[in-house]
Amino acid sequence: MTSKELILKNIKTNNVVQDTSLPDYSNFGLTFEDKHSHFSTMLESVGGKALFIKKEELEETIKSLYPDEKLITSNIEGFSLANFDANEEADPHNLKDIDLAVVKGEFAVAENGAVWVKNRDNRHRSLYFIAQNIILVLEKSAIVNNMHEAYELISFGEPSYGAFISGPSKTADIEQSLVIGAHGPKSGYVIFVE
Amino acid sequence: MSVLHDHPAKAKEFVANDERMHWHDQALWFVREKRDKASKTIPEWETLRRYADQIKSHTMANLDKYLLEFEKNANEKGITVHFAKDAKEHNEIVHRILSENNVKKVVKSKSMLTEECHLNPYLESKGMEVIDTDLGERIVQLRNEPPSHIVLPAIHLKEQDVSDTFHEKMGTEKGNYDPTYLTRAARADLRQKFLDADAGITGVNFAIANTGGVVVCTNEGNADMGASLPKLHIACMGIEKVIPRLQDLSVFTRLLARSATGQAITSYTSHFHGPVEGGQMHIVIVDNKRTPFLQSESYKKALNCIRCGACMNTCPIYRRSGGHSYDYVIPGPIGSTLGTFRDPKKHKTLSFACTLCGSCSNVCPVKIDLDSQLYTHRQDLREKNIISNQKRLSMQFASWLMSKPALFDFAGKVARKVVPLLPKFMIYNRFNVWGKQRDIPTMPKKSFKEIYKEEFGNDK
Repeated sequence: MTSKELILKNIKTNNVVQDTSLPDYSNFGLTFEDKHSHFSTMLESVGGKALFIKKEELEETIKSLYPDEKLITSNIEGFSLANFDANEEADPHNLKDIDLAVVKGEFAVAENGAVWVKNRDNRHRSLYFIAQNIILVLEKSAIVNNMHEAYELISFGEPSYGAFISGPSKTADIEQSLVIGAHGPKSGYVIFVE
Repeated sequence: MSVLHDHPAKAKEFVANDERMHWHDQALWFVREKRDKASKTIPEWETLRRYADQIKSHTMANLDKYLLEFEKNANEKGITVHFAKDAKEHNEIVHRILSENNVKKVVKSKSMLTEECHLNPYLESKGMEVIDTDLGERIVQLRNEPPSHIVLPAIHLKEQDVSDTFHEKMGTEKGNYDPTYLTRAARADLRQKFLDADAGITGVNFAIANTGGVVVCTNEGNADMGASLPKLHIACMGIEKVIPRLQDLSVFTRLLARSATGQAITSYTSHFHGPVEGGQMHIVIVDNKRTPFLQSESYKKALNCIRCGACMNTCPIYRRSGGHSYDYVIPGPIGSTLGTFRDPKKHKTLSFACTLCGSCSNVCPVKIDLDSQLYTHRQDLREKNIISNQKRLSMQFASWLMSKPALFDFAGKVARKVVPLLPKFMIYNRFNVWGKQRDIPTMPKKSFKEIYKEEFGNDK
C-alpha cells in the first residue's frame, strides 16, 4: 500500500467527525459608507499610505515621493519614470537592485487596507518583494468592502500567483517593537487614480 | 522518566527570574488585548467563528475526498504532490527532491510541520545548509534554540539577547540594542542568503481543494522571497490544512491575523498556484499521527487549529511559564492537547498546565474546545495509570468524598472550624504543594449551601 492509500484509508476508518454544510457568503460581512476612507485608515495603521490623484498626475506625484530612487521599474503603460524593464529579464535575481517598483493592483479591500495583485502583467512574482520600495496603482473605483466580496472577484484558472498586500513588509520579532521593512519593501504607497 | 518533559520543573526555572516572567506575561497580554480590539471591530465576529468551525468540521468529515480533489487540481497547475505517512518519509521526500536538483543551500520560512519533523537537522546531516528566514526563527536558529511561540518565535528574548547573538554571529555593533538597527542587519544578511539559495521551503496556511493552490501568510515577505527567487519551491503541509473552496479563505483570512496579533490581515497573503517560470513546485502532504484525531470523539477538534497562537497569548500558564517549558513543538493549550494525545506518557504533565479558566476556548477562532480537552486528558491519563501517585491518590480521594454529599458537608464543616485553629506548619508543609507560594484563603463562616438555604430557602 502506498503512503497515499494508507493515509486515505486511515482518514476513512472510524472517522467520527459529523458532517455539516458549508456556509454561504452572499450579502455577508461588514460594509462601509466610505470605503476609501476606511481603506486609508487601515493602510496607515500598518505603515502604508493611500493617495488619491488624477491619472495625469501620476509621474509628478511619484517623483515627489521618491526623488532620489535610481532604478525604477513599472508595468503601467506609458509610465515615463521607468528606466528598467523587469519583464525583459529572464532571471528574477536580476531584479535585486530595483529601488522602486510601480505596479498595477487589481482592487483594494476596505476592511483591511489590502490590495490584490496578480502577475498577469508582471513576469516575476519576486518583484513585489525584492524591490526596496513599492507603489501599487489602481483605479479609484476598484474597491470592495470585505474579504467575502474580494474572493468573489478572484479565480485561478491557469497556473499563476496572486497576493493580498497590505502595507510594507514588517516585523515585531525583536521585543515586540514594530520595524517597517523586514525582507520586502520598506514603504508601501497605494495610489488610486481617476 | 525523562526530566526534560516535566512542565512544572521547567516552569520553575522560568519563574525564577521574576522580572522577566512578568515582562513575558505583559508582552503576551498586550498581544491578547490587540486581538480583542481587532475582533470587536467586526460585528459578525462570532458568526465568522461559527463558519470557520463549520468549514473545518465539514472538511474533516470528508478529508479523503478533499485531499484527492486538491491533488488533482494541483497537478493541473503543474505542481507535484507527494504524500508522506510520517516525519521520516516527509524528510526523505524533501531531501530526495533537493538532491535531485543539486541543491546545497535552502531558505526556509516558518513551518511548524518541518519543526515537528525535525527537517533542519536531517537536511544538515546530509550536508545541506538550511537558513530560517523569519526574523524570529532566525534569531532562535542562531542561538540553537527551538521557537517558544508559533507566531512569535523569539518572544522569550529581550533586545539585549538578540543584540548579543547578532554581535557574536553576524558581527553587529556590541551593545547596540536598537530593534531597527538589528532588523536592518538581519535584512542585509538574509537578503544575500535569499539570492544565493538553490531552493525555498515554505509551510502552508491553507490548501485550497477546488483550485489546487496553497496560501502562505507572512508579515516579513520572507516566504515569498524564498519561494520566488530560486527555481525550486517545496511547500510542506499537514493533511488538515486543506479547505474546500477558494471563497472559504474569506473566513480564515479575516480571522487569522486578527486572532494572532490583532492585525486586520498579514502584510502578505500569497496564493501559490504553480511554479515560477521554468521552475518546479512540490507539495508534501504529511499525516504523522494526525489521522487518529479523526477517530476520537474527545479530541477530533484539535485538528481544526489554524495556528494563530491566540490560546497561548491568553493562557495564564503559558504567559508565566514560557513556551520552552512545554517541551513540545507547539506550546500552550493547543500544544498541550496535541502533544498529550500523540504521546501521553511523554507529555503527561501538560494537561495539568492549565487552570481550566476556559479563556483559550473563548478566543479560539475555530472554536476548539481546548479546556474540555485538557480536562478530559487528565481523566484519560488517570485511567491509563500514567500520572504520578500523588495526583492519582488525591483525585481518587476527591472523587470518593464528592460522591458522598453528607460526608462532604460534614468534612466542610469540620474544616471551616478546625483549619483557622491549626498552627502554620500543619497547613504549609511538603504535602501541600499548592501552598508553597500561596496562602490558602480565609475560611468562610458558612458554606455556599448554607448561605443559599438561608437567603433563598423559602423561594419555590
